[in-house]
Amino acid sequence: MAESKQSAEATVSDVQKKIRAAFEAFDYESNNTVDVREIGTIIYSLGCFPSQADLHDLIAEVEEDQTGYIHLDSFLPVMSKVLLEHKFPPIPEDLLLQAFEVLDKEKKGYLEHEELTKYMTQEGELFTQEEVDEMLTALADHEKNVVYYKDLINQLTIDPDM
Amino acid sequence: MQKEFPVFSVLNSALNTISAALLIQRWYRQHVARLEMRRRCTWNIFQSIEYAGEQDQIKLYNYFGFLMDHFTPASSERNLISHIFRKNEICLDTEWERYFCYKSIEVTKSYTGPHLMFPVTFCGVSKLVEAFKHKEQLHARYVLQLLGETWRLLRTFPNISHVIACHTKAITICGDLHGHLEDLLLIFYKNGLPSSDKPYVFNGDFVDRGKNSLEILLTLFGFLLVYPNDVHLNRGNHEDHIVNLRYGFTKEVLGKYRVHGKKILKLLQMIFSWLPLATVIDNKVLIVHGGISDTTDLDKIARVDRQKYASALRPPKMKSDSYLESKTTETDLDEWKQVMDVLWSDPMPQNGCIPNEVRGRGCYWGPDVTEEVLRRNNLQLLIRSHECKQDGYEFCHNRRVITIFSASNYYEVGSNRGAFIRMGPDLVPHIIQYQASTTCRELTLRQSVGWTERSALQALREQLFVHRSDLISAFQEFDPNNKGMISVTHWASTTERVLNLGLPWRVLRPQLVSSTQHGMMDYQRWIKELSITEPKLEISDNSILDTMYKNHSNLETIFRIIDTDHSGLISFKEFHQTWELLRSHLKTEISAKAIADLAQSIDFNKDGSIDINEFLEAFRLVDISAHN
Repeated sequence: MAESKQSAEATVSDVQKKIRAAFEAFDYESNNTVDVREIGTIIYSLGCFPSQADLHDLIAEVEEDQTGYIHLDSFLPVMSKVLLEHKFPPIPEDLLLQAFEVLDKEKKGYLEHEELTKYMTQEGELFTQEEVDEMLTALADHEKNVVYYKDLINQLTIDPDM
Repeated sequence: MQKEFPVFSVLNSALNTISAALLIQRWYRQHVARLEMRRRCTWNIFQSIEYAGEQDQIKLYNYFGFLMDHFTPASSERNLISHIFRKNEICLDTEWERYFCYKSIEVTKSYTGPHLMFPVTFCGVSKLVEAFKHKEQLHARYVLQLLGETWRLLRTFPNISHVIACHTKAITICGDLHGHLEDLLLIFYKNGLPSSDKPYVFNGDFVDRGKNSLEILLTLFGFLLVYPNDVHLNRGNHEDHIVNLRYGFTKEVLGKYRVHGKKILKLLQMIFSWLPLATVIDNKVLIVHGGISDTTDLDKIARVDRQKYASALRPPKMKSDSYLESKTTETDLDEWKQVMDVLWSDPMPQNGCIPNEVRGRGCYWGPDVTEEVLRRNNLQLLIRSHECKQDGYEFCHNRRVITIFSASNYYEVGSNRGAFIRMGPDLVPHIIQYQASTTCRELTLRQSVGWTERSALQALREQLFVHRSDLISAFQEFDPNNKGMISVTHWASTTERVLNLGLPWRVLRPQLVSSTQHGMMDYQRWIKELSITEPKLEISDNSILDTMYKNHSNLETIFRIIDTDHSGLISFKEFHQTWELLRSHLKTEISAKAIADLAQSIDFNKDGSIDINEFLEAFRLVDISAHN
């Protein structure tokens, strides 16, 4: 009994250390605040997969008025809860594959530039042109100029742990 | 299944498309954010190591200053270095002309490099740029001639160049180039060569670090001679012969011009001190290399005798190497501060103005100081360089200050983009970014982040390696029973205490420490695994070895100072004196015998003198694990 409480406490303190470390990377003035525009990156880097809507809600919870800054004191408890409750779990590989297959209506095994661009910029939580350009540069096969999504999923879902 | 209910399946499809898109977007944004986090951490590593190096250099030079102030003239240590503090010997111009005379240098028929006719023309300089692109080297005769003409021209310029923005043409402003010729060529390719229709401002730090500093200088000076009213060069903190000793420019020149290198360096020393300190466009936009301070006064800067300040590391107090009371006046110190502030300062987010302790010269200035100085001098914008930025540029202080940095891949391939500013008569800055190197363009974001990251981690491992004895002693404080294990938390805090780099060691831990168990790590094994080098010589004395690795740059600097004739060789006696200097600076114990043994073993060709470059190469850190 005592051991599981201890390990529970250890987990909380581990989680808090992780959050602090990620926060620090963007705390340029070393005063425990970060620009609100960097919070998304911090949350993602902690292994969470929130949607844009989720992010907006989270930010609303922790932002100080309209200063544009977020203080560690507000962020830490909220983020700890998110991590301990596994609130925004990773997307399973097979679900991701299914998603690509839905977009690949002709079942070609790949997506063309125009196809991916159309979906990313017109459906869901829209990408900007810049985001989709970056995505295509990053993911497209250089010779054929298409996105072989099956290979990608294998390569890119493996991430080193924090 | 989908075929049985066609209408329903169409609705299903539509829903599926949206949720599919949502999933992919969520996944991809997460992926990009993780890369961004890694990129930021990598960046922090490079910056911390760079700043630690700068601190090191300042400590060394402050120590020299201390020697100059407190030791009698007869002291041997002081004599070793006093010549770098000696004021430029006052010579008649005719004497300098004779010293730098190029006429006796013959260009033989076997020379296959570019020829340069004088007076230089646009055509001539363009051909020179083409030659540099093809990695050709300009003959020493032409170099000296070109530099001589540049020197003569610069002496006619005021401290502050005033430019009037013309309604027909835009002016281009570039930041630090640091010997990156490929970036200058890329700028010329994207933007066009300098001409009277295409004015340029180059904001300092043309040299050091990169390997084509001289080619950059010759190119810029060439265009300056052809278009003296349309090409404006500002001095940077690296246009300083003492800084060049450490950061590679001196080495580059001596390596490329074995016979005439020394003369070239001397001429450059004078040219650097004659470079203007600032450029002002339309009396509204101020361009300086570093920045400002709360005491920055453009009128004072305009009146300064700028060529007095050959080096930032030689305050006016060192006017003469006489032990007698210095004749420094308050005006001298005030002037010196004006110049130093403009060349070395950095902006900070907080209000106020404090000494810049990272660089050891200049200030950190805040947004309130920007407002005040701009208001006082009737300006609207400050453009400066001096700091590397990931995107090649950065706005700060309510967009009243722009940092522009033109050396892409500064820390490592893929580390950052470069940028330049184009500004029309409306004085609105337009930023253009780029990144040199064909390999880079083809790399995906993920690959270039990985590449840069590996390089940063390697640099970090080197730092850890050179501090290993200190690290082990510090770890042992937490391991009283000598089990060889400490907790990850203690590892992180101790490593920070020893290295003092301000890095997030917990975040970096997975990439630096191969395995941990229950939050504990085997530090003895970890240190062994860091083993970076196989010394090329038999040095049994570990403390000398460690000292050499830790003080590689300091040693190089001291060697080059001692090597007054720039021959690249020093005698055993001078070698011994170098160690004496270093030993007293670091306050370490290294026996005279150990140094004598070391000298014997590195006299590679047994002729009683030591080749500086060979010596330094023998002790460059080589990662043996890189072969795995």
